Amino acid sequence: MCLAIPGKIIELDKKKQNATVDYGSGTKRKANVSLVQVKIGDYVLVHAGFAIQVLDEKDAQETLALFKEMLSLQEEK
Amino acid sequence: MFSLRDKALADDIISQIIKAKVHLKFMHVCGTHQDTLVKHGLDVLFQKAGIEIGQGPGCPVCVTTPKEIEEILLLAKHGKTIATFGDMIRVPGVSSSLQQMKTEGCDVRTVYSIEDALSLAEKHNEKEVVFMAVGFETTAPTTASVILQDLPSNFSVLCCHRLIPPALQAILQMGELKIDGFIEPGHVSTIIGIKPYEFISKEYQVPQVIAGFEPLDLLMAVWMLVRQIQQGEAVVENEYVRAVKPQGNRKAQQRLQQVFEQFDVKWRGFPIIPRSGLRLQKKFESYDARKKYEDEIGSLDEEEFSEPVGCLCGEVLRGLISSKQCPLFGRKCTPENPVGPCMVSGEGNCHIQYRYSKK
Repeated sequence: MCLAIPGKIIELDKKKQNATVDYGSGTKRKANVSLVQVKIGDYVLVHAGFAIQVLDEKDAQETLALFKEMLSLQEEK
Repeated sequence: MFSLRDKALADDIISQIIKAKVHLKFMHVCGTHQDTLVKHGLDVLFQKAGIEIGQGPGCPVCVTTPKEIEEILLLAKHGKTIATFGDMIRVPGVSSSLQQMKTEGCDVRTVYSIEDALSLAEKHNEKEVVFMAVGFETTAPTTASVILQDLPSNFSVLCCHRLIPPALQAILQMGELKIDGFIEPGHVSTIIGIKPYEFISKEYQVPQVIAGFEPLDLLMAVWMLVRQIQQGEAVVENEYVRAVKPQGNRKAQQRLQQVFEQFDVKWRGFPIIPRSGLRLQKKFESYDARKKYEDEIGSLDEEEFSEPVGCLCGEVLRGLISSKQCPLFGRKCTPENPVGPCMVSGEGNCHIQYRYSKK
């Protein structure tokens, strides 16, 4: 129910209320983006037809490195 | 880019958890977490490492009460067009289910979003469309966004939204099982952020980690909980930093405040949980199906509606038993012929267990 799927904004209407989101593998759907501030190219999490959060590309890329750092710090103790 | 896969790292996390030699009981409250745990065999892996992880009341369809289901059935019976999410349609009520009523000629539609229900009302002004709004903090802002629009008079909402933090507190207050840590739902947390969980760690000394939905997210969340326990800490940590901002989604929070008010409500398997429900504020009562169709629904008493005979969904939702411990599981109760909601919903503990069990 709280499932949310990440996708990339490829079209945005003038009022920035609705967007076309590309989920990859050719799946594209409209989503309401009024709960978030977005621009074309942003990645969002979409739940029940609404984008609920913008995904941070930098944080996503750094997640694994962060995990590794936390683990090695713990091991040193 | 947003999927995390790294076998060596996963092995490293697991070996550190095993090395910690713990015996702990954690709870999460999200069907998607349960899906990841069972699908990837993490539940078994954690058990071997001394950690039991139960689901708790993390399935909005499952915690919807028999009374609420009866309300929507009455509206269907009185000729309203009912629109709701797929799983809700199959949940058995006391007298029938929406699916059953559909076969008897009632107008019941599956929608993907509340906006689909609204379009239905706009296209068919001869129909009285009622959207049954279920879901936690992740879904409630979508309902709020629509309520704030210019709505046609033939559209209304049967509001059944509920909030996660009061339910976590209820579980701890009931004290039926000792919980050493909570894995908090990532997508609820994209909306509410970190703060609403903090009182739980402060008042009950229970560590919490907000987690994403990849196997590595859950491995890391468990590792973080174990680390907190070893260090004698009880705080809220965020593992899902790529999606959860500490402050949450302010715009969504604002809409929740504009549209809803909190009230005391019963959850399936639980007594009334204070301030755990969301209902429409008085100024939106023309879109509140309970007010609009007061004469048709009447005032139903929760006590009048019992759980299906032999169904242990309540015990499953409170984390007291696993699905497999229910005598009906896989015998009288299957996804094709569900007795309780936990076997209906794709987020329900019983449905997930059944889906991935090798038969």
